[in-house]
Amino acid sequence: MMKPLGQPASIATPSGPRKTLLQVHSLFFQRNQLTILENVQLTLDAGEVVLIRGENGSGKSTLIRLLTGLVPAQEPFEVSLDGERFDPGDPRCQVQFQYLGHNLGLKDNLTCAENLKFYADFLGRRADVTVQGALNACGLDGYQYSEAGRLSAGQRKRLALARLLLCPARIWFLDEPYSNLDAEGITLVDRLLQRHISEDGRALMTSHGTFVPQVSNHRELEIDGWTP
Amino acid sequence: MSLPRAVLALLLRDLRLALRRRSEMLTPVLFLLMVATLFPLGLGPDRDLLVSIAPGVIWVISLLACMLSLSLMFYADLEDGTLDQLIISRWPLPVLALAKVGAHWLVSGLPVVLVAPVVAVAYGLSSETIGVMALSLLLGTPILSSIGAIGVSLSVGLRRGGMFLSLLVLPLYVPVIIFATAAVTASLEGFSPAASLYLLAAMLVLAVTTAPFAIAAGLRISVS
Repeated sequence: MMKPLGQPASIATPSGPRKTLLQVHSLFFQRNQLTILENVQLTLDAGEVVLIRGENGSGKSTLIRLLTGLVPAQEPFEVSLDGERFDPGDPRCQVQFQYLGHNLGLKDNLTCAENLKFYADFLGRRADVTVQGALNACGLDGYQYSEAGRLSAGQRKRLALARLLLCPARIWFLDEPYSNLDAEGITLVDRLLQRHISEDGRALMTSHGTFVPQVSNHRELEIDGWTP
Repeated sequence: MSLPRAVLALLLRDLRLALRRRSEMLTPVLFLLMVATLFPLGLGPDRDLLVSIAPGVIWVISLLACMLSLSLMFYADLEDGTLDQLIISRWPLPVLALAKVGAHWLVSGLPVVLVAPVVAVAYGLSSETIGVMALSLLLGTPILSSIGAIGVSLSVGLRRGGMFLSLLVLPLYVPVIIFATAAVTASLEGFSPAASLYLLAAMLVLAVTTAPFAIAAGLRISVS
């Protein structure tokens, strides 16, 4: 059901054998007796962004939620991480994830800085990034004492992106990271992605739009919409 | 980065959020004060009657006051996606659930424990009985929060889960209110409340050690 959409858009060929970080085999998912995902094969290499395309309702978000373990698997599927089999619900593996979903995980009654500070304490903080630094990098300088509930939708998205910058993770699962963002915000996502993959990170993201991440190494996969 | 630090961060965040929304925080205490004032108005100022009904009245109001704030425990976290982040974090979900229950008790249970003795004075209970009342509330209200959280974790994803929550949780509250009021009544009649208090303490240990696992399972169902 999932077919590759051409070659990596980039020219950059990694030197040496490519390290495959995440490998998914024969993932299957049904909802209301409709098969949403079937026989999904997916690899995510070191320093690579994989963009999953598909119509609304085609199962992009479900795929990501299955891989993070938020949605339990209906049939066992094989996922290996760095060559080792793992269970998406296993807390030991989850340190390496960051998930940005449709609901951003922000508290309206907390200020921007307090929101980020919580995640820094809860998920851990990269030694080279401070809360203020992450806010500045995401274009929210001057908003540190503003309540998140008073921000616009795009600014809230930026605040959620600042969390990606602040907390360490090897794999990013981003569900529609471009939604609600202005042109500057879109380049911000690309900058974050580029920085992440240049540090050998990996990202799996979804999009229903026409945005193509402007990064040095990305691949696209398409999910076919199911037919009732 | 460690589990205690993560749990403390979660607890402090919930307390800070509660302080930002003071009206929600004051609801249980105001409810207790208002309903406790209505009883003597309805029943008349018969001192002996008020003393004899005080244990039951104060405990039932406290129980309902704790239930008032229950449905809010995980609702915001589910709506804004925080629950997703808690579940996929590397920390064991039952421990995080216990932190959420602890925050809920500090915000809605503890104020009731502190205000109930004042109400008990107004009903004319003796100082010894008030002490037993406060102790029974101190042991009992965390049980209410723990058991209530199981119900909330299962019903939080439902659109109108309020009725379901009450039906699920109230029967489980029955043993708590039986032994708590038994302790206070025993003290009122000059007997030792120890047996009932010990049973209440045992229930507290059982609830705090086992409920987090049930809450974690319920939350996983609710997000999927």
